[in-house]
Amino acid sequence: MTLLAAILARAAKAAITLLMIVILNFFLIHAAPGDPAAVMAGENGAADQIYIDQLRAQFGLDQPLYVQFYKYVGGVLQLDLGYSYRQQMPVLDLILDRLPATLLLTMTAFGMSLLLGVVFGLAAAARVGRWSDSAITGMALLFYATPLYWVALMAVLLFSVQLNWLPAFGYESVGAGYTGLAMVLDRLRHLALPALTLGLFFMAVYLRMTRSSVLEVSQMDFVKTARAKGLSEGIIRRRHILRNALLPVVTLAGLQAGQLVGGAVLTETVFAWPGIGRLMFDSLTARDYNTLLGVFLVSAAMVILFNILTDIVYRLIDPRIAAGGAA
Amino acid sequence: MTRFARNRGALLGLLILICVVLLAVFAPLLFPDSPWKMVQRPFLPPLAVEGMPLGTDTLGRNVAAGLVYGARVSLIVGLVSTAVALLIGIPLGALAGFYGGWIDEGAMRFTEFFQTIPSFALAIVLVAILEPHLTSITLAIAIVSWPPVARLVRAEVLSLRRREFVDAARLAGLSNMRILFGHILPNAMSPIIVMASLMVATAILLESSLSFLGLGDPNIMSWGYMIGAARTVIRTAWWLSFIPGVAILLTVLALNLIGEGLNDALNPRLARKGR
Repeated sequence: MTLLAAILARAAKAAITLLMIVILNFFLIHAAPGDPAAVMAGENGAADQIYIDQLRAQFGLDQPLYVQFYKYVGGVLQLDLGYSYRQQMPVLDLILDRLPATLLLTMTAFGMSLLLGVVFGLAAAARVGRWSDSAITGMALLFYATPLYWVALMAVLLFSVQLNWLPAFGYESVGAGYTGLAMVLDRLRHLALPALTLGLFFMAVYLRMTRSSVLEVSQMDFVKTARAKGLSEGIIRRRHILRNALLPVVTLAGLQAGQLVGGAVLTETVFAWPGIGRLMFDSLTARDYNTLLGVFLVSAAMVILFNILTDIVYRLIDPRIAAGGAA
Repeated sequence: MTRFARNRGALLGLLILICVVLLAVFAPLLFPDSPWKMVQRPFLPPLAVEGMPLGTDTLGRNVAAGLVYGARVSLIVGLVSTAVALLIGIPLGALAGFYGGWIDEGAMRFTEFFQTIPSFALAIVLVAILEPHLTSITLAIAIVSWPPVARLVRAEVLSLRRREFVDAARLAGLSNMRILFGHILPNAMSPIIVMASLMVATAILLESSLSFLGLGDPNIMSWGYMIGAARTVIRTAWWLSFIPGVAILLTVLALNLIGEGLNDALNPRLARKGR
């Protein structure tokens, strides 16, 4: 199978998954407690029946379920995710407004955690059984067991309240009016703590995966052959073990990326980071179900997209898949 | 058993877990008052007043009582949601692995679908829509945690169903269901037990995250709620966020250590690789 055909097949599968999530979303919206028309009327301070009926007609809530379903799915296909009565804005605009901040945060955290996880995992595997291995795996175990939001709070306590090194919340210094390099530096300072706390948990995950994968590959026959051939330990490590050990780590890391979006809800809530995670938290407290489910849909779409990207990267770095398909 | 006992980490984990369970079980004896009751001045630091070893929170409630009652919620939600997840995942994975064909195809597509959805986001949406309640929280956690079970059980059944003891059972005239649930699954139990112990840990983290976001059962004191409520006063009363977090960390760490110990004891062939 060529790369293009593989990507097309993958995209078709993703489209089906996405459609199923849209359908699930529709039923979740209808399972949400409260009549949206009554809620809206209450917001506007007029709860008489005529007004409620009028709102219901205006937003199509008086039509049979299958008509509403048809309209909802059609709307989503045209990128209409409904209207946030609370924020008086289309949900899609709200999300698009916040999406860059979340992408910046999750991508930074992902890159950092993968890099650190692989480096520490390799270090631990190279010193397997010694105290430095125990120290690294112990650290991973600790981060693996710590609630993400609690690490975030403790980081604020240490680095912002006690040491006053880094800002505790927000995306940039309000009213500072930085431009150019100063602005970039200011944003990076704000990004540091959220990205670090979000990344630590995933670093622990990737560290454990890398360590066990390297140890597993080290026992395989081709490594013994390489050693019997008289290759130097460094070459065996780099060319034989590392390449084979990292493949499953990259795949699993790509599949795990969905968890990052969930973690972002917690991190963004603690650091008042203006991303879709924070938007999700705000819509929870405001009982704004349209926005809540819109964020859910978009984050699921992001995960699917990321999985496809992982698939492509995997095909590029592991030529066996393409070759096996063509033969 | 001896292999488990030789693992120092696992023993430490077991010790911590026993302490947490004892505290949870004897909560009403240790603290007869409701953990919601305001008993003292607010913001008392730990050890400041007799009978309030961990101080009081923003409303003057006893932090130690909250901690002990919170242990109950964490353990119950962790155990029950894992049990429900096993009840969904084991039959689905077993049937998929045993029958193969379109049953396998359908079951695995279904599982894949749930694995694609970001699990914490789905849990948030489910609890928000079902209204926060102990039942809805447990159910939501179970719904997001069963897919790995189904995949594991399917893989185990696939590797076991061609074994000789299965052929022997078939020759003896046993029905498919008897073979699957009476002969194949019992042989697949050890990796399932290991996974279950790690799932309880994850479920406790999930529950605490949900209640941190304000999606906890409003009538039940939980660790995540305590941290969430103390978040805004972190500058003046840091210990209010610190203490419940340590409780979560210790409990989850203990369960992870036990899980690893069980893994080493039950799957010695895999474990030796790491040592």
